[in-house]
Amino acid sequence: MKVLVTGASGMLGRAVARGVLAAGHDVRTFQRGASGVTGAMDARGSITDTGAVAAATDGVDAVVHLAAKVSFAGAPEDFRAVNVEGTRSLLSAARDAGATRFVMVSSPSVAHAGLSIVGDDALPADPLRARGEYARTKAAAELLALDADQPGFAVVAVRPHIVWGPGDTQLIERVVDRARRRRLPLLGGGLALIDTTYVDNAASALVAALERADRVHGRAFVVSNGEPRTVAELLAGICGAAGVPAPAWSVPAAVAREVGGLIERFWAVRPGQDEPPMTRFLAEQLSTSHWYDQRRTRQALDWLPTVSLDKGLQRLAEWYATAPGDRLS
Amino acid sequence: MGRQRWREPASLPGVHPTARSTGSRADDFPGLDARWSRLLTAPDHSGTPHTWHLLDNLSLLTEGGLEPTGTILCVHGNPTWSYLWRSVVAAATDAALAGAAEPSSAAIWRVIAVDQLEMGFSERSGHDRGLPERIADLGALTDALGLAGPVVTLGHDWGGVVSLGWAVDHPELLAGVMMLNTAVHQPEHEPLPAALRLVLKRSLLVASTVRTTAFLDTTLAIAHPALAPQVRRAFRAPYRSARRREGIGAFVADIPVDASHPSFAELTRVSSAVARLDVPALMLWGPRDPVFSDRYLGDLIGRLPHADVTRFENAGHLVGEDVAVAPMILAWLAARFESAGGAGTGRQVGADRPSEVTPAATAGVQSEAVADSVMADAVVVEAAAESESAPAPEFRLLWATLDERAADPAAAVVEMAPRGARRGSGIRTVSWSLLKRRVDELAAGLSAVGVERGDRVSLLVPPGADLTAVLYACLRIGAIVVVADAGLGIAGLSRAVRGARPDHVIGIETALAAARVLGWPGQRISARTLAAPLAAALGVSHSLTGVARLGRAAIADGERHRAAGPTAPDPDATAAILFTSGSTGPAKGVVYTHRQLAALVTLLRDRFGIAAGTGLVAGFAPFALLGPALGATSVTPDMDVTAPKTLTARAIAQAAAAVDATVVFASPAALVNVCATATAAAKADALTVVERNALARVQTLLSAGAPLPIPLLEEVALLMPAASIHTPYGMTEGLLLTDITLDEIVRAAEQAKSQPGQAGTRQPGGVCVGMPVAGVHVLLSALDERGAATGPLSAEPGVTGEIVVSAPHLKDHYDQLWLTDRAATSGTPSEAAWLAGPASDAVAPTDRWHRTGDVGHFDTEGRLWIEGRLPHVITTPTGILTPVGPEQAVEALPVVRRAAFVGIGPRGTQQVVAVIETTTSSTRRGRVTLAEPSVAEAVRRASGVDIAAVLVVGELPTDIRHNSKIDRLGLGSWAAGVLGGGRRSKP
Repeated sequence: MKVLVTGASGMLGRAVARGVLAAGHDVRTFQRGASGVTGAMDARGSITDTGAVAAATDGVDAVVHLAAKVSFAGAPEDFRAVNVEGTRSLLSAARDAGATRFVMVSSPSVAHAGLSIVGDDALPADPLRARGEYARTKAAAELLALDADQPGFAVVAVRPHIVWGPGDTQLIERVVDRARRRRLPLLGGGLALIDTTYVDNAASALVAALERADRVHGRAFVVSNGEPRTVAELLAGICGAAGVPAPAWSVPAAVAREVGGLIERFWAVRPGQDEPPMTRFLAEQLSTSHWYDQRRTRQALDWLPTVSLDKGLQRLAEWYATAPGDRLS
Repeated sequence: MGRQRWREPASLPGVHPTARSTGSRADDFPGLDARWSRLLTAPDHSGTPHTWHLLDNLSLLTEGGLEPTGTILCVHGNPTWSYLWRSVVAAATDAALAGAAEPSSAAIWRVIAVDQLEMGFSERSGHDRGLPERIADLGALTDALGLAGPVVTLGHDWGGVVSLGWAVDHPELLAGVMMLNTAVHQPEHEPLPAALRLVLKRSLLVASTVRTTAFLDTTLAIAHPALAPQVRRAFRAPYRSARRREGIGAFVADIPVDASHPSFAELTRVSSAVARLDVPALMLWGPRDPVFSDRYLGDLIGRLPHADVTRFENAGHLVGEDVAVAPMILAWLAARFESAGGAGTGRQVGADRPSEVTPAATAGVQSEAVADSVMADAVVVEAAAESESAPAPEFRLLWATLDERAADPAAAVVEMAPRGARRGSGIRTVSWSLLKRRVDELAAGLSAVGVERGDRVSLLVPPGADLTAVLYACLRIGAIVVVADAGLGIAGLSRAVRGARPDHVIGIETALAAARVLGWPGQRISARTLAAPLAAALGVSHSLTGVARLGRAAIADGERHRAAGPTAPDPDATAAILFTSGSTGPAKGVVYTHRQLAALVTLLRDRFGIAAGTGLVAGFAPFALLGPALGATSVTPDMDVTAPKTLTARAIAQAAAAVDATVVFASPAALVNVCATATAAAKADALTVVERNALARVQTLLSAGAPLPIPLLEEVALLMPAASIHTPYGMTEGLLLTDITLDEIVRAAEQAKSQPGQAGTRQPGGVCVGMPVAGVHVLLSALDERGAATGPLSAEPGVTGEIVVSAPHLKDHYDQLWLTDRAATSGTPSEAAWLAGPASDAVAPTDRWHRTGDVGHFDTEGRLWIEGRLPHVITTPTGILTPVGPEQAVEALPVVRRAAFVGIGPRGTQQVVAVIETTTSSTRRGRVTLAEPSVAEAVRRASGVDIAAVLVVGELPTDIRHNSKIDRLGLGSWAAGVLGGGRRSKP
């Protein structure tokens, strides 16, 4: 198959592009810069540019769509343009190009209304109740994608939960950076139980969804390591791997949520492009449990995670032990 | 009943009789489907046509292409209406329609729930209707309906009487009877319940029932929990005006308070005829009922002894609202009528049933003795027949040894610290001859004060000579002893005693005071002679001393008239009801027959070599009471028997020295204390040489109830070097099932260590409890991935399943807990025997099976390993996990004092959480913390389990009674809260 991978310059996108290549397919990537994936052909452009999207999809048999605006802050219209409208135009271009498979990379936050998730399977995406612009727009995009599922065009939505690994700028870098400056508190003692996904497992699950799209289309699957741990233990593990001190102080969860809400409002009017240090969304994410029933996913995708949490942390430690110039990502 | 009353035609609920429109009925009557409602005009008992409102699911069944195979005829009481049965109509209809998709032989139940005339939405005819008329009216209605059999009646409150009246009048249609809180008999000399007396006061009757809604509101207000406002409104709907409530007043006025009442004769007719019914019967009862109390349940059980009875401790008068009875009713119908060859096989009234279930009461008092002897003969024949098919164990009367040793001056019972005596006043020794005489006197005396065969006698006397004597006296006259441990706490004890409905309570002062204050039923007899004012204050009618005196007089008198003592009880009659410890849910009454207790005696004798003259230290109540039956000389050590932890090494040693004991029974909690005090005593060099020598003579130590760690048992072994240390496995329902000695435990542990299993597979581990003892069969019902014991019974090694046992000394059944009984026997040969019906051939005693609720596996040598309790099984996505094995592995770590493994999240996809007490954690600070990374790592490695979180707490919550069993269910929900971002509270 000729497979288009969008957003292949990110940690997960690169891993997926390599995984699809390794499975014996041709890969074309699509993002603004270079993907850095050896063996793939880069088609560069923005997902908001319909001409570029049409060119990128030309002649492909399948699409794995990762490109998205991921942030805790930003203007709602920016999220909408990339996450919703970008997905809409990609779906339409892929269909026009004669592609038969479309793997929509989504997020468990599309169905998360701020309460704990304890062993649930994937619930329907809910753009009205999802928390934050990212989750709301990803929810709308997932619904668009699944709605486009039809005979001859198999759409699968895959929601990897908190993807991390060496070179991750979203979670790992932020945690390590703050811990180094001793500005990383635990919320509510850090006892909330959270499942995560090591990047290689998320990538192999997406490849499995691509391979089995004809059998599992029209559905959404949450993907994770299936090894929930407390926030405190996860953060300690990450900090340990990076060689920085683990968080030693705790803020009551309710306080963090309030403060997060205030900061969020302040950041909305404050000039500048940086991310706020705490948001209500982040406070909720870090003080409520999120772990999922993985049985349906594993059976449907015929997939199992191959890198355990401990092994993942070990790889992270090895990566940090390598001089920054020599690091592979 | 001539007075003219209000007349108004029948109507459909929520629809005005003149302007019929469908309206918004769904909202007005939650749970009621308008399609069930219909009006039907039929002649009443006098031939005058009247219109009934009734619920009937026939049209829905017909629409679904279904033909009913039977009918449930439901009759509401006062002041309710057919709305009471909405869940039954719904459940039966849903079950029938669901079954239609896949054709099967399942029964299809038509449900007809009537509004009695003058009640609900049926016609206000202008007439009062007494009980005879109501029963006849219902018969006329079913004639008009052309109701064909089989019919199972279902009644509540006074509707129960009406439905049973219909039942006895329609034997050709009747297949079964079901009752919720009702009564068919008011004993002539007993007062009516206070709540009814109040309503019946002439001055209050009309005011409370008709003019105001007081009676209606009171009835609806006693639901537990309270009714939803819409439901309450629905119940009130047909009774909105005083005129529409006239029927409620007339119904109350129809309660026959005495023989002069016009309905009394009819009630007597019904109650007598009910006692001749032999169709399957179900009673679902809410004991928190100010009117239909347990007293009436007892009366009904007396009339229908074969009935399946379940009491719901927290439910009351409106049991149908308090508890989801509909699924239970359907399950019962399915079990009683579907498996046994279809609903059409309902047995006939008065068919030739074995004599033992026909109460002698119907034949009059004079014939009772005759009936008894006939019964005894019948049973002997039956027992002989059994012994041909399966070798039933010998039956020896429990007091046979007492009779044989009537002249023996040797000690039978020794008390190191007799109750009532001054402390330190020395030991009390009761010889065999004295014990025999006292038992005979008490037996005769108890008969004299009205204790009859089959009466329930609650014994609230601490172990010792008094308890022993009165226990054997009760057994001797065929009274049923009810034994509940004071360790249940006053609330638990009260629940147990009240629920067992004792006819007599024999107790010490504190127990009698509780009986008085908490209103326990039954005649009260004090263990000690009380001062007259105290006796009067406690409502005590006799003291044991007084009873014995009466007995002496009766025996002296009897020697002149008849030589024989009381006739021997039927071996298969109930002998005792023992209450469970309550550590695994509310305490349940466990019923034993004489034969089953005798089997236990035989087993103890054979297994532990207890013979005449064996000295036995009785530190463990259930077995201690059997000392005289074993012929052993039993000694009660100086301890507070309600607190096993008070047993000291010295107390055991002194008790052993007093009778040259070779056998010691002690509870696990007691042994913990014994070792602790022995160490302390050793330091102070306080155990004397005599005491040490006495312990050195002990050959058998038996400790049952909870597993004990090897190091502790090894300490015990040092204290009693000659003793073989047994830790058998058992429970109240089967007191001795498997047995193992310390040496075997050590060997099993070493084997398990040297054979760690194949790579990648974790051994389930657990506590090795050895091999089944003689006569006991142990099989396992394998657990499925959801942790349910669904597998067929099997002895395959290495498979984890629920432990299912059979033994001659296994319990007979649970008292008044039919549903629990069913659950405890499902999928076993016992269930098959039960389904075959009581009329089938008697089941051999070895065929009784019991699901223990414990989970374990067999090893390749046939030894049983206990892995935990069924509700504690953790169901992870990769399979089930039983807690005991990993807990033991983790507790072996030096840093861990105690550990509990629990599951959180939905069944089938649970995460494992380990909660530990560490040797360094303080028990004072309760706040939970996450284990240090090194500890978490050690716990994960030792257990070999994928653990989501290792939590450290100051103290794990334990069951106060056993002091060792961890409340894992409570701990699991606590852990789920903490790890879900909830408060970091103490568990």
